[in-house]
Amino acid sequence: MIRVSGLTKDYGSRRAINDLNFEVNKGEIVGFLGPNGAGKTTTMRILTGYMPPTSGKVEIGGFDVIENSLEVRKIVGYLPETVPLYDDMTVFDYLMFMADLRKVENAEDRVDEVLELVQMEERSEGYIANLSKGMRQRIGLAQALLHKPDVLILDEPTIGLDPAQVVEVRKIVREIGEERTVLLSTHILSEAQQVCNRVLIINKGRIVAEDTPERLQARLSGAQRVTIRIKGEIADAIPYISKISGVINIFTKADDTLEFESAPGEDARAQVARAVVQSGFDLIELQPATINLEEIFLQLTRDEGVGNVGEEISETEINIEER
Amino acid sequence: MRNIWIIARKEYQQYFISPVAYAVAFMIFLIIGIIFYANIQAAIAQQFAPGIDIVVGPLVTILLFTTPAITMRMISEENRTGTMELLLTAPVRDSELIVGKWLGGFLFIVTLLIITWIYPLVLNMLVKPGIDQGVLISSYLGLLLLMAAIIAIGVATSSLFSNQIAAFFACLGILLIFWLIGLPAQAVGSTAGGLLNYLDLSQHFYNSFYVGVIDLKDVIYYLSVTCLALFLGTISIETRRWR
Repeated sequence: MIRVSGLTKDYGSRRAINDLNFEVNKGEIVGFLGPNGAGKTTTMRILTGYMPPTSGKVEIGGFDVIENSLEVRKIVGYLPETVPLYDDMTVFDYLMFMADLRKVENAEDRVDEVLELVQMEERSEGYIANLSKGMRQRIGLAQALLHKPDVLILDEPTIGLDPAQVVEVRKIVREIGEERTVLLSTHILSEAQQVCNRVLIINKGRIVAEDTPERLQARLSGAQRVTIRIKGEIADAIPYISKISGVINIFTKADDTLEFESAPGEDARAQVARAVVQSGFDLIELQPATINLEEIFLQLTRDEGVGNVGEEISETEINIEER
Repeated sequence: MRNIWIIARKEYQQYFISPVAYAVAFMIFLIIGIIFYANIQAAIAQQFAPGIDIVVGPLVTILLFTTPAITMRMISEENRTGTMELLLTAPVRDSELIVGKWLGGFLFIVTLLIITWIYPLVLNMLVKPGIDQGVLISSYLGLLLLMAAIIAIGVATSSLFSNQIAAFFACLGILLIFWLIGLPAQAVGSTAGGLLNYLDLSQHFYNSFYVGVIDLKDVIYYLSVTCLALFLGTISIETRRWR
């Protein structure tokens, strides 16, 4: 459905994306994962025909985004990063305007339908200026769904939503993804894991990894991190923790906690808890640390660069990292 | 065509919820009203029959300065709020967008001009045996053509900016240059002077429509300016994509 080959975009002398190649098939939900400034928005803007690439080719539904731009735009629904709304219009008028531009049949019924889908039907007559950020986000999503697009491109769709709405939006996206193609960008790993069939990780304009969320996680769970907090000076406990064979790395944190990494496939939590308590410390917190995106990048590049992480086990080397 | 109409309709409706449009309309009617009253008083005192020029003359000058305020936000605001991304990824041609915006603004000005029609009606009742209908029609036809050109210039300049105030002054600057470009005509010799006179926005109005003459040459001039400005506006949006 979406075929991207050799896509490159320069902003002046700065290269925003560099030789991207990927495909998204019909009925697939693909997550575009990357830190800020990685090139996610740029890629999506090129895909939707908002701006042309410096070089490379994009085909959506068999149409070239440059040569058949209008055809592509007809089958794509797009929610940009900054939700494009007219503050001085009512929600209903805004959606009717978009439905007219998109040549939606039975526009009024369809507008009511999408409003119900995003649970905004009771604000239909209200002015957009009075909506909260989460509501604006949902109206933006409604706008992207109006014409039942074959391809849905969503730039950070859950940003600014409260947890209940996040769950709701993810559910909507999953439902749409059953028969249509969805490409969504996010910098939240768990979101990609919950919603997407496949994840593309992009950093500095290049795709650094491409896999299903499960396999990606398996690759990463080679080393799991756990946060530990004790009563008193955490530094005193380091000698005891570092003795445990399952622990391969220790990091002290600025908030007086400590993170340790266990060896692949091993869970050192029980051992660590026992060691800490037996050494006379009061253990008050022990929980898995969430792996954030930056750490994934570090890990991905380390996996490619240095080779096997397991080699470090025998040495039980302690890396102290101040943050 | 349909897209042009959808965009024009939205643009037109938006004027009625925008305070700027009301402020502009209020100013136009206030100033025209005062000048009209003063002129009638003067005509009574000096015993002459005023013509339609006492309405159209000040109207043209006021519109020259206020139309940029009506067109300034048209595209610059879309650039600023990011809604441009919405319009440029909808199945709408860049030219349809520009022409739609222009049409919306033009219809708004036409609405204002229809309201000013009240002065000729009053004048017609005051003056015996009535005012010159020919001059009335040619003046308003000229006004329409002139406004079409001015609004097109306004839309095109608005597309260059994402700041309304910048768009306003840029548009006013361009308008004033073409409004006054004929002034140095006599000083620069006959060929260059003729060219400057031909480019002048005001000469095509004051020397013909204003005095009751409808010349095809002037009609074509205003239509060409309108088309050229709309064309440049389209180019400006297209190049914005490439930037």
